[in-house]
Amino acid sequence: MESMTSDHAADIGDHDAADIDRHVRVYITVFVALMALTIVTVAVSYLDLSPAMAITVALFVATVKGSLVACYFMHLISEKKLIYAVLVITAIKFVALLALPALTHGNGLWIHE
Amino acid sequence: MDIPYTVEARRDTGLTNGKIGIWLFLASEVMLFGALFASYILIRTGAHSWPKGDTILNVPMATFNTIVLITSSITMVMAWASLMRRRFGTFRIYMGATILLGFVFLVVKYFEYSAKFHHGLYPSSNNFLALYFTLTGLHMLHVAGGMAVNAYLWGAGSKLWKTNPVWFTNRVENSGLFWHFVDLVWIFLFPTLYLL
Repeated sequence: MESMTSDHAADIGDHDAADIDRHVRVYITVFVALMALTIVTVAVSYLDLSPAMAITVALFVATVKGSLVACYFMHLISEKKLIYAVLVITAIKFVALLALPALTHGNGLWIHE
Repeated sequence: MDIPYTVEARRDTGLTNGKIGIWLFLASEVMLFGALFASYILIRTGAHSWPKGDTILNVPMATFNTIVLITSSITMVMAWASLMRRRFGTFRIYMGATILLGFVFLVVKYFEYSAKFHHGLYPSSNNFLALYFTLTGLHMLHVAGGMAVNAYLWGAGSKLWKTNPVWFTNRVENSGLFWHFVDLVWIFLFPTLYLL
């Protein structure tokens, strides 16, 4: 059997019960926040906002919810540097991917009709 | 030969191989869904008119499914936390609940799809429905895939707990990372398709 003394991976050895209890309380708080924000998302859609405003609000709330899931359920709040590096590269490419339609649409940056 | 760094972290990365592997996979998944979201933006901004999602789709059903997936995310993380507390029985309950909630999600989706087909609404009907079926269809495949892995970890795969509990706990954590990602994708799909 491999060593269980290194950090992080050998969580079972390192974390005491109180530590996990604290984690669990955070998970429950995040869960309640996610439920509340789901209600907000649906409620806002009944407000008859302008399309631009509706999209902004909906994506803002979705981003907050997504961040809560990523930071707490996926433990990104305390992760190793290499994971952050992978995600920064991914984020840059993801934004470029989403910007592509905007750049090519109509009289975009590169395509002239 | 044993797979290296399943239990102890590599000194240079500070991570187990499984952890970095699942994150690289999720990075590729971000690009996969990103390409489809980009297609959505391109097609929507190029369209003369676009239906508001709630005029075609069933918002109450999707809201219910959103609650189901978020709940399954907390049961997933509680399954992992149970192993950290060395409570295997509790892990089984939470993992079982996670799988069950995934199943509920798919059943609701089945009824949604059936209702669309019943009304003659298919992917070929219009661009909105083409995007709806492609995005939610791919997402459903991910739910099914996550359920399969979780079912393995609940059943036959859980034998590892007896021989190497830390490795098993790491596997559950990695499976959880995938499951939370599937939840995260839905958090964006729901307003994009149903509410805007």
